[in-house]
Amino acid sequence: MVPLSWYLILGAVLFIIGVSGVLLRRNVLIVLLSLELMLNSVNINLVAFSHFHGDFRGQIIAIFVIAITAAEVAIALGVLVALVRNKATLEVDELTILKG
Amino acid sequence: MEQAFFLLFALVATGSGTMVVVARNPIHSALALMICFVQVAAIFLLLRSPILAVIQMFVYVGAVIILFLFVIMMLDVRKEVQTRFLKQGKRVAIVIILFLSAEMLALLLGSDLLSARSTVFISEEMSSVRGLSIALFTDYLFPFEIASVILLAALVGAIILTRRSKEEG
Repeated sequence: MVPLSWYLILGAVLFIIGVSGVLLRRNVLIVLLSLELMLNSVNINLVAFSHFHGDFRGQIIAIFVIAITAAEVAIALGVLVALVRNKATLEVDELTILKG
Repeated sequence: MEQAFFLLFALVATGSGTMVVVARNPIHSALALMICFVQVAAIFLLLRSPILAVIQMFVYVGAVIILFLFVIMMLDVRKEVQTRFLKQGKRVAIVIILFLSAEMLALLLGSDLLSARSTVFISEEMSSVRGLSIALFTDYLFPFEIASVILLAALVGAIILTRRSKEEG
């Protein structure tokens, strides 16, 4: 039987990998992929707590997180496609349209 | 036995997660993320929640990654191969990452609450879909409906965002 702390450490490690992808990479597509990784690592934590406490609420919140993530990905990729149509770049430090 | 499986899944998940961040080609990143999501689904199975493993496979592997692959194919990403990482602000980002990881791991490894928690019972009905669906459709019915409205709004929003205006054709 796997102890709870192993799951939490795995979640933390995946979250840190996702954070480093968001903060370090230049390509906005990779930034979005790393964001997905972060959300998924949080789901591991939720399901692990749900399992070890014998409570369904963690799984239910994880289901909601997955649903909201699907919506977020659709919107983010739509924004990205519209953005690339106007300004042909995918690099995060060149996307400064909102800057005054 | 279960620990060996957990270690295998965790190892592949962290390895492919690192590949997501390090890979030069965005297609490789997306495929590495797909591997990582499959491992996370297997970890959900180890946690006796098969319904979440199925949802994970359907939504993430079946929909999200495929959407990403389509968008990567639509956009021209050949130029991005040359520079992987940000040019400026890298030092601040590395400091933030190191601080965050030290903090999280110190919190997890140093807490005795978690080691006390690790010998908790596993009730049999936790792995059934029945209890989960009863909880989801009675106590959490209203958030469920809100989630469906959010999905509808995202659907309409994505269509409007990517639609060209009539003058452009």
